[in-house]
Amino acid sequence: MNQHNAPGLSKGIDWSLIGLYLLLVTIGIMAIFGATYKEGDPVLQTLFAFKTDYSKQLYFFIASLVIGLFILLTDSKFFPATANLWYAVGIFLLLLVFPFHSEIKGTKSIIRIGSFNFQAAEFCKITVALALAKYLSLADLDFTKTRSQLIAAALVLAPALLTILQKETGLAIVFFAFFLVMYREGLPSIILVIGFAAAALVVATLLIEKNILAYILSGIAITLIFILRRQIRRDRGLLLKIALIWLLCVGVQRFMVPFLFKNVLARHHVERIYSTLGRDIPDEYIKDAAPEEGKPKVNTADYNVKQSKIAIGSGGFLGKGLLKGTQTRYGFVPEQRTDFIFDTIAEGFGFVGAFILISIFFILLFRLVTVAERQRSVFSRCYTYGVAALLFFHVFINIAMTIGLAPVIGITLPFISYGGTSLITFSILLFIVIRLDADRQMVLR
Amino acid sequence: MSVFNQSRNRVVKLIFIVAFILIIAQLINLQLFNQDYAKLAMNQAVFPKIVYPERGLIYDRNNKAMLTNTIMYDLMVTPNEIKNLDTLAFCDVLEMDTATFKKRINDAIFKNGRMRPSIFQPLLKTQTQARLAENSWRFPGFAVVERPVRSYPFNAGAHILGYINEVSPKDIEKSEGFYHQGDYTGKSGLEAYYEKILMGQRGVQYLLKDNFNRLVGQYENGKFDTIAIAGRSLRTYLDAELQQMAEKMLTNKVGAVVAIDPKTGGILAMASGPTYNPNDLTGYDKGKNFSKMALDVASPMLNRAITARYEPGSTFKPVGGLIALDEGLITPSWGYPCGGRYPGCGIGKPKCTHAGGGHAANLRNAVANSCNSYFTHVYRLAVDNPKYKNVKQGYMAWREYMFKFGFGTRLGVDLPSEIPGSIPDTSVYNKENNGHWNSCTNLTLGIGQDKMLTTPLQLANAMCIIANKGYYYTPHLVRKIDNETEADSIFMEKFRERHNVLTHIPDTAYSAMINGMEDVVTRGTARRVRIPGINVCAKTGTAENYTIDHRGRRIKLEDNALFVCFAPKENPRIAIAVVVQNAGYGGTWGGPIARILMEKYLQDTLNKASKDEYERISNTNKMPKHLKQLQYFTDSTRAWDWFKITKDSNYIKKYLHRVAPRKTETPTKEGEKEKNTIKRNITYLLDNRKNILHYLKSSAGESA
Repeated sequence: MNQHNAPGLSKGIDWSLIGLYLLLVTIGIMAIFGATYKEGDPVLQTLFAFKTDYSKQLYFFIASLVIGLFILLTDSKFFPATANLWYAVGIFLLLLVFPFHSEIKGTKSIIRIGSFNFQAAEFCKITVALALAKYLSLADLDFTKTRSQLIAAALVLAPALLTILQKETGLAIVFFAFFLVMYREGLPSIILVIGFAAAALVVATLLIEKNILAYILSGIAITLIFILRRQIRRDRGLLLKIALIWLLCVGVQRFMVPFLFKNVLARHHVERIYSTLGRDIPDEYIKDAAPEEGKPKVNTADYNVKQSKIAIGSGGFLGKGLLKGTQTRYGFVPEQRTDFIFDTIAEGFGFVGAFILISIFFILLFRLVTVAERQRSVFSRCYTYGVAALLFFHVFINIAMTIGLAPVIGITLPFISYGGTSLITFSILLFIVIRLDADRQMVLR
Repeated sequence: MSVFNQSRNRVVKLIFIVAFILIIAQLINLQLFNQDYAKLAMNQAVFPKIVYPERGLIYDRNNKAMLTNTIMYDLMVTPNEIKNLDTLAFCDVLEMDTATFKKRINDAIFKNGRMRPSIFQPLLKTQTQARLAENSWRFPGFAVVERPVRSYPFNAGAHILGYINEVSPKDIEKSEGFYHQGDYTGKSGLEAYYEKILMGQRGVQYLLKDNFNRLVGQYENGKFDTIAIAGRSLRTYLDAELQQMAEKMLTNKVGAVVAIDPKTGGILAMASGPTYNPNDLTGYDKGKNFSKMALDVASPMLNRAITARYEPGSTFKPVGGLIALDEGLITPSWGYPCGGRYPGCGIGKPKCTHAGGGHAANLRNAVANSCNSYFTHVYRLAVDNPKYKNVKQGYMAWREYMFKFGFGTRLGVDLPSEIPGSIPDTSVYNKENNGHWNSCTNLTLGIGQDKMLTTPLQLANAMCIIANKGYYYTPHLVRKIDNETEADSIFMEKFRERHNVLTHIPDTAYSAMINGMEDVVTRGTARRVRIPGINVCAKTGTAENYTIDHRGRRIKLEDNALFVCFAPKENPRIAIAVVVQNAGYGGTWGGPIARILMEKYLQDTLNKASKDEYERISNTNKMPKHLKQLQYFTDSTRAWDWFKITKDSNYIKKYLHRVAPRKTETPTKEGEKEKNTIKRNITYLLDNRKNILHYLKSSAGESA
């Protein structure tokens, strides 16, 4: 407590986090420059003119630093004190999107204020991180109770649901990152296991023919009964449990997934999922508003992933050099300044460049976990974990989708991708961590 | 409280590490182990633009260009740029209907996409090009671009020079990736034989393209670009005027003329009749002309000088005589008492033009009077030579001589598709006669008949050997390649080697033969060939020939006229072989053609009488009559087949009023054989039809 009275803004600040942050944003501006610079433009002039994307990103960066400075000047107690208020504001903004959104590129999640696009769901990442931390740090909370677990889950899933309704499935999935925080705070492991098992079942459903999978599941169930026959003799309920799980699995596999693919998911989702699996879409899932005349049915998602893989693969070990990436520079890779910005680095600087970038991200993640564990305050720890989990989800899914390991969902690469909202959001998230960490000896409620 | 669940931070870290490893593993897979992606990227983003070099030219001996490069125009279309086009006006200018227009546009989009220009109409007519140029502002998206094509200022030398055309898929496959679709390559003649020299070296510009196939700049600042190197020109021995005259004299005749300079083996003229104007195979109508010629039964595209086989007849006699002289079987003064027929084999054949009067009292007389009995006997002497154990060995030794004279083998002229002619093996006679035969079996070989078949080029080359008294240079057209390099020796070396095949025959023997051949002109069968002031040595020949007509009947055609000669006797500068199919007597038709060429070449002008003769020969039609019927027959057969396929009676309309139903002949053994031949011929024509159609399509720019 005494130390806190020591003068100076820089007191207790974790410089390694700041350093990693600056490094990543610099790499990001360079990558955007590499993807969008037009030969012959004067570099310095365009860099400060706010006309080109890399210039804009530079100004977003400056804005982020200013906001960061303000955050560092704020009292740490401000965050837990106002967390619930922020959450309410976030939800309110999300609701506001429904009447006031303007449709851009098929998403309904953006409010336009002048020339500035505001995406409420991005903002909600901050508010949910704060609110969840606040809830988990309540003095009288017993997180072993199912009731508390359900409330925490509801806190996270409410904005996710609203985001799905705005057709931003990618952003919604990101909210599931917070389950990692809950896990750290005592959510039973079985829930994570069930989550993974469910995902595995869905993937298996898509890959394996219906009936064969049903036989396999039945086989597993019978084997299980055979192995556990002694226990079953003692406890008849176990048999019922196995039977119910079997029934559930087969139900998911035979009815749930087809229902999901036929009626819930949009056409581009189906395409992206099958493109990741490397399969053609089965006829029954093809949603065609009568294919355009003369045009063969092209899986555009497939095209994007293929082009992205070509760009990354052609980078080789050392890459082609900045501004020499033929695939990223001449429009073969879609969205190469935002979602597919990783391609520019992997093509231009090859495996070495990509490896360095990914390493920086993971050093940052490990640093965040370390920082989280040294907090005395539960709020700070939960919040830091939340930020780490969000970053991890973004980095992993974004890179995985460019290299064909995950379906293409439109989420950005933090600090690197072009876009004011994304950069400023993650800057705020990180600077709050730094601010809280500076007061790590305090117990915040 | 903060220590609660603390161990779980390790699980979280573990999840991070697993994700990290997953990503790195996939990156290693994509970037380090998989080479395909780099290739795909290269294919997608880098467009190798081929820069075509100017093709080399071909000059005659006086350095006049036999062919040159000129510019024609292709009409290109960029589908994306077509806006507010007045399609009707456009089609009117191009003289096409709107359906064709639509089809071509769709093809263009299919082939090259909307953003890149592709050929809409190749090789525009001059007036179309002019009208398009005037109206270009009305037709956005269309542009006229230059394209170099060949042109032939002398309208001559079609068979020798050959033609160029787009490479076929087969060519591309054979070249193992050297040629690309749309390249031009020599298809026949010198264009094909010297393709590597004439084509030059293609340059490649590597250009970057974007996702719409638009070219956006140079790849690596042109580091990998190569510049085009123009093709080198060929200097030939050909004499353009001589060539023109030879071709003109063969108009409306089937046959061939070859003139060689014996001192170098250089071919001065090589004509084949019927021929065509090489300019017909460039330009707008080339497809039409090509198919017309391909369907002509007189085969105007065939170079008969190297691909037709003729019995040499009496023109062979000097060679037969020299063989016997060399073997020491006869002397120049040896004579044969010919009484009008050859009695040696008891059948009184062959007959002889002269009877008695000592017309074969010595070699010189025998040659001058072309005595059949004399040379039949000489042949028999050679084959039955006691030096050899039996007739078969004797025959093989005689055959060896034939090879030395250049018969029965490919001479190796610098043109593609030369044939070897035929001097059969003993096995052929063994088979036909169950192994029992003697010199009487094939005695007419002595007078250039039986199974002896030669090309006009071989006949001219044999004249060179006699004129040179024993040696020859491989007949060839190209004197030198411009800027010749070491690597070109594979082309040129073999033509500069002197073949001393028969120099061991004593000069006296040659002199006797040459004197005899001089007598042929002064007092023998070729008196029309006399040129004042020049001693010409010659030999006439007349060969009977038969063919099987389209109904399978063996018919006797008029004799083939053959003629060989060289001049001047003292210092031979030109040797000529002439074959005119079905023209009758050799001295009457072959001789004058050769004489006019010799006169032109040796004296550089023609006198009045020769000029008249030249016109008279040129205007005489000696086309074999059976060809007309055969043409009708094949045309109507093809029309019938088309009718069967298309059910369109227009094809057969014009034949209906005349044609009697095809009757089947009663099959005999002979008839069966002949019918098979006809069947083969028809199949060949029908097969050819497919090629022709393919050619038509591709030259109209309509196939993919």
